[in-house]
Amino acid sequence: MTASDYLQVGLFLAVLLLLVRPLGAYMALVFADEPNRVTRMGSWVERGIYRLCGADPAQDMSWKRYALSMLVFNVLGLLAVYVLQRVQQWLPLNPQHFGAVPPDSAMNTAISFATNTNWQGYGGESTMSYLTQMLGLAVQNFLSAATGIAVLVAVVRGFVRRSSNGLGNFWVDLVRATLYVLVPLSLMVALLLVSQGVVQNFQAYVDVPVAQTTSYAETVKDAAGNVEKDATGKDLARDVPVTTQTLPMGPAASQIAIKHLGTNGGGFFNANSAHPYENPTPLSNFIEMLAIFLIPGGLCVTFGRMVGDRRQGWAILATMLVIFAPLAIGVIAAEQAGNPALRDLAVDAHASALQAGGNMEGKETRFGIASSGLFAAVTTAASCGAVNAMHDSLTPLGGLVPMWLMQLGEVIFGGVGSGLYGMLAFAVVAVFIAGLMVGRTPEYLGKKIEAYEMKMASLAVLLPCVLVVVGTAIAVMAPAGVAGIANPGAHGFSEVLYALSSASNNNGSAFGGLSANTPFWNVLLGVCMFLARFPLAIAMLAMAGSLAAKRHVPASAGTLPTHTPLFVTLLACVVIVVGALTFLPALALGPIAEYLMSLQ
Amino acid sequence: MAKLLRQSLVMLLLLTIVTGVVYPLLVTGVAQGLFPAQANGSLVMEHDKAVGSRLIGQSFTDPRYFWGRPSATSPMPYNGAASGGSNQGPTNPALTAAVKQRIEALRAADPGNTAPVPVDLVTASGSGLDPHISPAAAQYQVARVARVRGLPQATVKALVATHTSGRQLGVLGEPRVNVLELNLALDALQKR
Repeated sequence: MTASDYLQVGLFLAVLLLLVRPLGAYMALVFADEPNRVTRMGSWVERGIYRLCGADPAQDMSWKRYALSMLVFNVLGLLAVYVLQRVQQWLPLNPQHFGAVPPDSAMNTAISFATNTNWQGYGGESTMSYLTQMLGLAVQNFLSAATGIAVLVAVVRGFVRRSSNGLGNFWVDLVRATLYVLVPLSLMVALLLVSQGVVQNFQAYVDVPVAQTTSYAETVKDAAGNVEKDATGKDLARDVPVTTQTLPMGPAASQIAIKHLGTNGGGFFNANSAHPYENPTPLSNFIEMLAIFLIPGGLCVTFGRMVGDRRQGWAILATMLVIFAPLAIGVIAAEQAGNPALRDLAVDAHASALQAGGNMEGKETRFGIASSGLFAAVTTAASCGAVNAMHDSLTPLGGLVPMWLMQLGEVIFGGVGSGLYGMLAFAVVAVFIAGLMVGRTPEYLGKKIEAYEMKMASLAVLLPCVLVVVGTAIAVMAPAGVAGIANPGAHGFSEVLYALSSASNNNGSAFGGLSANTPFWNVLLGVCMFLARFPLAIAMLAMAGSLAAKRHVPASAGTLPTHTPLFVTLLACVVIVVGALTFLPALALGPIAEYLMSLQ
Repeated sequence: MAKLLRQSLVMLLLLTIVTGVVYPLLVTGVAQGLFPAQANGSLVMEHDKAVGSRLIGQSFTDPRYFWGRPSATSPMPYNGAASGGSNQGPTNPALTAAVKQRIEALRAADPGNTAPVPVDLVTASGSGLDPHISPAAAQYQVARVARVRGLPQATVKALVATHTSGRQLGVLGEPRVNVLELNLALDALQKR
């Protein structure tokens, strides 16, 4: 680790902490029950939307009504993305004349974007028309994020309300999350990104002449499409000259802004945030990382304000940071140490004033080690899944950290909204464990935690774990699953484990060598993404519904305070222990085995 | 249920208009007004014709040019229409073999240079389109380019320096050299 590495991490955390407070306070006003100066600004637009939909914004929905509205709205959105991909060849804004996306891939992508996962089996610049990207994918980037925020706000209301049946109104929360939070922030971030060089236009791809004509070998095929062989049985090849380069274009910046702010992560281009048109400079990289943590961090502050005790929000944020910071430094240290396999070759991988050194396979020169390692930790701690370096090429330990950050349940910042409601499930488990130790009925934020709440919280904590472990088992037993593996040995198993960890926690990043655009993988991962998103959200709404109906219990001498360093430690331990106990055996077969072998 | 379906459908339609039509068009309009060069791909123009992008690297294999990062795009390196990395794992023998081969190619182009090769010059970038190399990787190639072109090393070094950017704002990212711009400048220098 170099001084510059620490400086970049420190600067990132400092700027983040400066920004979450004003944003969190603003969002508390956006989702307040009473009208205020913020919600009055856009009330005329809101009223128009509710009137056209025939929705009554004053209706206080029960948890069941809230969950049903959320589910129906999201499934409709999912179907819309599916249909759009299937008929894009007949629609406008398709200058590259892409055909219909195959059904299994289209279904996988539709689930992926509706569940805020944004796993991508396809290559953006070679599959999706501009129209599909804009009306399908970009829209779900907004709506899945808005859904996450809405569900979170409803869950928090469960703690706030007393002897009440309602959790608020889904339509109001959805519209406000979109109009007051996501759209304005995206506008700002998109323009900042364009200033750095992210493209934003509707042109067809541009062909430019190359400075040096090169050539590449292409195998010769006969009329039937079979590769022709020469006399010695080798594949016949011919040199194809390369005189032009195709530069991809498109409305990228507008989509990339929400891709990060909404912790979506689905790239406009195949290389995602490693692509120079998607992330052109170190500053654009810094902005993209901040955009990922901004709303999940800000919502912690919002949470504190909504429950009427700001310390509660800071305690949750502190827990996230306590787990995040050492792991981020761990990725950077592992990557800076470099790849032992290249040690005996004539390669200079030492960090100096002239180069970043370390493991540069799959990384961009402008980001080097610190900006790539930090990005890898940020994108997997939050359930974003954008990548600015190829995770498949990370060192064994450098790859273990992102994998484990996802397996922790995407609660270290996590998805927009979903990260915090996941963390609240862990908090409920933590006060329960503390209650067991002293033999008292546990309480959290003035509400008694009883059997029903524990059932729902446990379900939310354990469901993704089960999906990862069972899904991985199915994939490594099925020939169609193993067929997708690209790298040999333990790393191949890591590819499978990473894919299932990513899908089952709605992250969306990948060890990209895995060929996952096959019917087997599209279906398996599609099922995992769907089950990790909606049943979990519904369980948390059910818990909130039960909590809202309860009376407030005033704190007594026997109440465990939940804003202290003691609670932060306890909560962090619960998160880590669940993650470690569940996944250590699987991790031992993948990255840990690879690490031990690389030492030889 | 029918009412809920209708509400959802209209809501989806309205929010699609806001986030899928109004928002991207607004961003495009403002971006084209404020930052037209960046919004259209940061193209490098020569005689009013685009000859590349400042942000997208090109493939260089001739010893008279500075070489960029190895690129794993298919079917040819630096394929702008299909970005991506090698996705080779650290313990994959194919990665070690590829690195060995790249070292040999660099040494064949510059016999006598036995210095260890800077790591970014023998490992594939994440995008396959990386426009930059590290200053160390540029320095490694200065003697070769100068010799093949018959230029004084000091001239080439000075040109490298003018195409080197430091950490952004002094802190962020890494120092880097833009390969396409450097090579175009070399060509322009000798055309005169």
